[in-house]
Amino acid sequence: MLRLPEFNYIQPRSLKQATKALADLGADAMLVAGGTDVYPKMKRGQFTPRHLISLRGLRELKGIRDSKEGLWIGAGESLTTVSNHRLIAKHFPALAHAAESVSTPQLRNMGTIGGNVFVDTRCNYYDQTFFWRQAVGFCMKKDGQICLVAPGSSKCLAIASSDTSPVLVSLGAEAVLVSRQGERRVKLGELYRDDGIDYSTKAKDEVLKGLLIPKEALGRRNVYLKLRRRGSFDFPILGVAATMDIDERGECRYASVVLTAVASAPKIVPEASTLLQGKKVTKELIDTVADAAAKISHPLDNADMDYWYRKRMAKVYTRRALESLAGLDSSA
Amino acid sequence: MKKKIQLTLNGKSTSIEVPNHRLLLDLLRDEIGLTGTKEGCGTGDCGACTVYLNGKPVNSCLVLSGELDGADIVTIEGLKIGPELHPVQKAFIQDGGAQCGYCTPGMLMMSKALLDENPNPTEEEIRYALSGNLCRCTGYAKIIQAVQDAAVMIRNKHVQ
Repeated sequence: MLRLPEFNYIQPRSLKQATKALADLGADAMLVAGGTDVYPKMKRGQFTPRHLISLRGLRELKGIRDSKEGLWIGAGESLTTVSNHRLIAKHFPALAHAAESVSTPQLRNMGTIGGNVFVDTRCNYYDQTFFWRQAVGFCMKKDGQICLVAPGSSKCLAIASSDTSPVLVSLGAEAVLVSRQGERRVKLGELYRDDGIDYSTKAKDEVLKGLLIPKEALGRRNVYLKLRRRGSFDFPILGVAATMDIDERGECRYASVVLTAVASAPKIVPEASTLLQGKKVTKELIDTVADAAAKISHPLDNADMDYWYRKRMAKVYTRRALESLAGLDSSA
Repeated sequence: MKKKIQLTLNGKSTSIEVPNHRLLLDLLRDEIGLTGTKEGCGTGDCGACTVYLNGKPVNSCLVLSGELDGADIVTIEGLKIGPELHPVQKAFIQDGGAQCGYCTPGMLMMSKALLDENPNPTEEEIRYALSGNLCRCTGYAKIIQAVQDAAVMIRNKHVQ
């Protein structure tokens, strides 16, 4: 049986109290909301905080509402609530589907969208019990010195595993972060770094309050395709989020493709906008974007299924996603 | 640090003093003695520890007691309707929906949660609802059958 080690549990009554506790306790503290990633990792010795600051029950982190700036999603809303929400299902089916594809019904009732957006990166050499990791000599992400996937690598190569973040990035969502210094708004895509250990640029004393999907994203077509071995529940071993706006003449006004599980951060495919925007979308153009998606995908031998297969599927899934948005569905 | 919490457990108001970091699963099994809820993986993957927290099924192996003040908890022991077994329990017995039985409490909790929302689920909807409950014995066929039969029992009861 895996046991939860002892720790000091802090239950702030407000976001202000939470940010103060986080600033005061520094590196010894971790935030916890749903706990669906934090507690298993504490049981396996991957996370070893002395203090846990609970965000559960903070009213400031709740609520999904339409505002003049766009759709606001509180970071503390559960994945079940996000996936079932009327406005999200209507305008952003990709986000509803991504949230619904995370783990299991029970865990979606507990896990929050804020937790999923900043979920820890994953690797076959890291997501193991303490005893397993000890037996192979530990890796640099926790307790070791080298990367066991690529021993010559100077950085950790654990992969980004959030289903919701590529969708939110492709929709141009902004994150609202709160610290003792105040509140700031930043494009969600800027909060990721391609480093398996230090995978977020969010400051250590900041709390994610919520996410804002901008008004201009309303009406844009969007889709999320996820590759995994088991349809029931699994982390993505590839995720493709695509957003597109096509005018009445069939010309593309906006296109964005974001991949997950191909690096330590969600990867934007720049060719989606440079090649498609301002043009009539054709199968040939989509193929070129799909080739570019595969080219920037660097899956390694540290997740389920073969890495070469996952790279090939980056092309296939990108093509399928864009063809479905452009109404050019093919069965290939 | 210990904390006194007040909760409703299977319909009865209960007051208990627990360390904040004690998991709900351990609280139920070790402190209160309700051992119907099982620990399988301990990491939220298998669903054997499923209970209802404020009406929603959750993995009790990942819920801290410190968060439970004022909560409403229902465990497998609270599934019976008076002296009678719940239709999902009857159907699992009737159809042989259990072999070793370890996953069964979690399966029953999720099945009831599904049927409360959707009394006429398709096989796909049943499989989807039970996607967070692993069984290593049955191959799921009889479990699915039992949920379908429980759905019929519940619907017939409502018709009468």
